[in-house]
Amino acid sequence: MRYSKKDRSLSILLVLPSIFAMFIFIYGFIGFTAYASLSNWHKLKPDFTFVGLENYIRLFKSQRFIIDMQNTFTFTLLFLIVTIILGFFLAVILDQNIKGESIFRNIFLFPMALSYIVTGVVWRWLLAPGTTITGPSGVNILFDQLGLGFLKSGWYTDPSIGVKAVVIAATWQMAGYIMALYLAGMRAIPEELREAARVDGATKIEIYRYIIIPLLRPITLSSVIILGHISLKIFDLIVSMTGPGTGFSTDVPALFMFDTTFRGNRFAQGSSIAMVLLLLVALLVVPYLISSYREEVEQ
Amino acid sequence: MTALIKSIPWNRIFLYLVLVLSAAFFLLPIYMLLNTGFKSYQEVSLSNMWQLPQNISLDSFTKAWFGSQSEGFRGLNENFLNSIWLTIPAALLSAFIGSINGYVFSKWKFPGSDVLFAMLLFGMFIPYQSILIPIVRVLQWLSNYTGPIYDAATELSVPIWLGWFPSWVAEFIPGYGTIGGLILIHVIYGIPIATLVFRNYYSGIPTDLLEAGMIDGAGFLGIYRWILFPISMPAFVVVLIWQFTSIWNDFLFGVIITSNPSVQPVTVALNNLAGSYIVEWNVQMAGSLIAALPTMLIFILLSRYFIRGLMAGSLKG
Repeated sequence: MRYSKKDRSLSILLVLPSIFAMFIFIYGFIGFTAYASLSNWHKLKPDFTFVGLENYIRLFKSQRFIIDMQNTFTFTLLFLIVTIILGFFLAVILDQNIKGESIFRNIFLFPMALSYIVTGVVWRWLLAPGTTITGPSGVNILFDQLGLGFLKSGWYTDPSIGVKAVVIAATWQMAGYIMALYLAGMRAIPEELREAARVDGATKIEIYRYIIIPLLRPITLSSVIILGHISLKIFDLIVSMTGPGTGFSTDVPALFMFDTTFRGNRFAQGSSIAMVLLLLVALLVVPYLISSYREEVEQ
Repeated sequence: MTALIKSIPWNRIFLYLVLVLSAAFFLLPIYMLLNTGFKSYQEVSLSNMWQLPQNISLDSFTKAWFGSQSEGFRGLNENFLNSIWLTIPAALLSAFIGSINGYVFSKWKFPGSDVLFAMLLFGMFIPYQSILIPIVRVLQWLSNYTGPIYDAATELSVPIWLGWFPSWVAEFIPGYGTIGGLILIHVIYGIPIATLVFRNYYSGIPTDLLEAGMIDGAGFLGIYRWILFPISMPAFVVVLIWQFTSIWNDFLFGVIITSNPSVQPVTVALNNLAGSYIVEWNVQMAGSLIAALPTMLIFILLSRYFIRGLMAGSLKG
């Protein structure tokens, strides 16, 4: 388009506030947190004495943080695998000319509309194991009644399960999203491709294995990025469902950061946790953003 | 006999069986929410939590909504309204800003605009922990200036029947611990996703259409006002739903920015309610339903647009 000079400046003027806000509220604020993480600010009143990497060194020696990182790793790995597989299978099933497809789709998807707080409160009760006095509760009762008593478990109260129990709730919330992404992807694959494979004698499973799954690779990548960054920064769900748990068995860095900063007023230490979190998310997201940006430029 | 067995579509039956079992897993929590929420007090116990209620009772809902003075806990009514006052303006504002940004980033690209856009997108992904401390400090700093206005507004003398009005207005003044402060933060951090959706949407609109407008003498604003805006409704619906849902469901900003229980959004209040040992769990379930109701309704009524928003959230649109 050919623009007049006046329109050109007007267009830039109108995005300027957003750009300005971005530099302050995203990059400036991150810079502030990075700066605070190198300081000696350990009470309400700021103290920006430079202490180098002291806070980070203390952090990586802290037992709680080591457990948190292990929990985050376990949670992320399990959450990604279970949610992507479940989402994919639900999409495959719904792709088979199912009667009432839209009803099922909405049933799988509606948890996405809920707050993590609601999800957490509900699953806390569902997975409450009960006590010896009150007897079993939640899903443990169901397992008893269905003759599946061997599935009974202490869930999140059992330190050896800990954060893995939270994966159930998180998967319940997010699997429908992944299903919707895959389903949209499957619907976008031209019918001729499947038809051609069928003519060549491919079975249904082979069609998925050799045609559909490879074509859906970009969606799998998006799913990993989306679920990965959610899982690294998970906070609300843990707060409402379990809290830090026995021996920090359900603790995560975001919760540690919150406690340290806003309950303990150790702002420099909290900032260092925040920076580690940011680094983890950036390692996951930045390559993805750059590659999709490059693709767009090429087009 | 064998022919009969063969003619039964076992594949399909198995498929539907798996489908129904999966649906049961997804509906289990909702069953428990409704089942417990509607039970009368006498019937509520952990050991019969799966049994259907014999009498439908709304006691739990009234208690979750109004609280209980004798037992000493707050209801969710005030916080529910706070969330409404917070969510609607914040969603509208960020949608409007996103629409203008999307227009410029798609149709009025300038040198460096693509890089700036990519930098903006990063804001969608950052863990908010990395910006919380400066948010609190900036809002506290802002309160130095807006605090006196807040105080002046609450002390306005008005007729008795307007008694609620000054404090209501005051809450919208941006600052630390006010709904206005929370709106400001939600608008700012909502800009990346809103810009992304509008940019994708406007990119799909042929530039010829805009050039035709230019030939007719429309400028930057004219094209937006007369050509783009009227066909932007689908994108607005998607962004508004997305923003409404994520702001309504937010917990982190709410708990950091508002400490006064009567200003907190409903998610924070629900977490307090559920974390309190004196609140019975049927009241917690009723409270969860209350807090979930608006976004559930939006999902049920507008699921088509909701899904589109989800797709936009996956970047590739």
